[in-house]
Amino acid sequence: MTVYSVPGTPGSKITFKSRYENWIGGEWVAPVKGQYFEDITPVTGKPFAEVARGTAADIELALDAAHKAAPAWGKTSATERAAVLNKIADLIDANVEMLAVAETWDNGKAVRETINADIPLAADHFRYFASAIRAQDGDHAQLDGDTVSYQFHEPLGVVGQIIPWNFPILMAVWKLAPALAAGNAIVLKPAEQTPVSILVLMELIGDILPPGVVNVVNGFGLEAGKPLASSNRIRKIAFTGETTTGRLILQYASANIIPSTVELGGKSPNIFFSDVAQEKDAFYDKAQEGFVLFAFNQGEVCTAPSRALLQKPIYDSFLGDAVTRAKKIIQGNPLDTDTQMGAQASNDQLEKILSYIDIGTKEGAKLALGGERADLGGDLTDGYYVQPTIFEGHNKMRLFQEEIFGPVLAVTSFTDYDDAISIANDTIYGLGAGVWSRNGNVAYRAGRDIQAGRVWVNNYHAYPAGAAFGGYKSSGIGRENNKLALGHYQQTKNLLVSYSENKLGFF
Amino acid sequence: MSTPTITASVTIASETVPRVELTPVAVDLLRSLWEEHGPLMFHQSGGCCDGSSPMLFMAGEFITSDQDVRLGQFDLAPAGEPAQPLDFWMSAEQFNYWSHTFLTVDVVPGRGSGFSAEAPRGVRFLIRSELMTTMTPFAAAADSGEPVEADAVAPPASAPMPA
Repeated sequence: MTVYSVPGTPGSKITFKSRYENWIGGEWVAPVKGQYFEDITPVTGKPFAEVARGTAADIELALDAAHKAAPAWGKTSATERAAVLNKIADLIDANVEMLAVAETWDNGKAVRETINADIPLAADHFRYFASAIRAQDGDHAQLDGDTVSYQFHEPLGVVGQIIPWNFPILMAVWKLAPALAAGNAIVLKPAEQTPVSILVLMELIGDILPPGVVNVVNGFGLEAGKPLASSNRIRKIAFTGETTTGRLILQYASANIIPSTVELGGKSPNIFFSDVAQEKDAFYDKAQEGFVLFAFNQGEVCTAPSRALLQKPIYDSFLGDAVTRAKKIIQGNPLDTDTQMGAQASNDQLEKILSYIDIGTKEGAKLALGGERADLGGDLTDGYYVQPTIFEGHNKMRLFQEEIFGPVLAVTSFTDYDDAISIANDTIYGLGAGVWSRNGNVAYRAGRDIQAGRVWVNNYHAYPAGAAFGGYKSSGIGRENNKLALGHYQQTKNLLVSYSENKLGFF
Repeated sequence: MSTPTITASVTIASETVPRVELTPVAVDLLRSLWEEHGPLMFHQSGGCCDGSSPMLFMAGEFITSDQDVRLGQFDLAPAGEPAQPLDFWMSAEQFNYWSHTFLTVDVVPGRGSGFSAEAPRGVRFLIRSELMTTMTPFAAAADSGEPVEADAVAPPASAPMPA
């Protein structure tokens, strides 16, 4: 067990600056209007740093810097860019604890997750795209004896990226790595709930990148996000967030006729077929853990397995075992490596979760576990903690249809395969899903029949670089985490070359 | 004089019961934001980070279509003043799953909500929900396979009854 010291206290891995400006053109730049806002740590509910409250004028400065940097960066060889990405990965690896503690303090999540997942995955993600860009070939076709079509990948130029708060560094890296590998310059806006950890990363890696290749402007959505998303100076806008803003961003993109990739919500089903419980062995234990993963990252994951579907014969016994297991979740100081569940990211997030617990009860769902705010006492008493919560109900309840983004699980039963698939697909979303069965044929078929971009079979919540990630239905457009993402940051240039001396003969 | 609760007019054809209301604190905030930005609109968001919350935009900023349902219209203006109409929208596919609930727009301290206009004030809008007093004529409840008796459902604590 390790308890990391609170940032800024003796022995801590990081001391935050009292104030963070925008990162533009490779240096810190004060916001044009001179305004700042407080960054609050969800761990204690107290502010810990001031952050630039950027506006359209700051976005313009960042776009100026990006446009200045883009031509040269876009002409670098894939070899050079891959080397840069690999250096970034090495630096992240060398500073895992510092970045992990910064991320935990900014977001509230347990440090065991940031140390073992968020930060190492971020490093690996840069390495993956360093490899992918090296391995990417162009294309050519000999159309006839004298005519050859050559296809080249070209960067788009300057792109905009808007980042969510649930994995501030990792989600930024999911977007940064493919965009940089493909040769683009970037203006990035972090979430206003978690504006600092990305700047800590930029402080670390800033010298490796040519000035202006990555620019970070903080601020509120209306004041900084909208001017970025609606700017006619970007060639693409990428967004992770919720559906209404996703639609708005697609509308802005249509006005500028630029592509947009949007990763939106989910209400992912986690299906457990009866054969899972045919023996109480290691696999059963794994499946039980798979059920309890609804509490991973406090449930603040777009793919959270927030609907558990249990086949009727095992419903009572499997749920009973799982509730017992969920009761053992260790909730506590997020800086303690023994803590399994930390704080929700913000006060409004906490309030929203509590409002869903309220409507769940009113709709007649049966509370099997939790259901209240957790007061952890001491310095943590004002932090945003919610008990792991399990409801039983049916799929038409709002608990089953809306993304709560908290540690709230909705459990229901199904009779047979067709019933399971029908319930699983009865949602407007299609981001993630889980299928648990000892029967490979059933698991395979279910995986194919569920309308979701990522179906975990006999596992859940793994995000290795290389496995394509993205939504079906209202969960969005585009794929990340795979070389497919390069295509979202590239133009196709076709050179159609005639090697013939002879005219067409038309005129 | 204290700010009143404001209930939205009925805007869905064939319906008679209001679906949305504003708490007094929401009314005060909306009036203040109207002064700053001019006419406004709500669009209820779906899931993910800042989702499942009402997003406040400048009127017309968010382009609605046949894929959206207008749940009601508020008039923010104090009595005797020129009307300040504010529509409350939701995507039609989401409404399929929400239609049996009465929505109250409240305000809580918070940070951030997409491009919603209240975020810079350090607050955000929050939906509180009650079951509607009747499940008919809402299609989503009818095909749930688990019919709910109207009698068995408590009336919303603060929802005005139809005249």
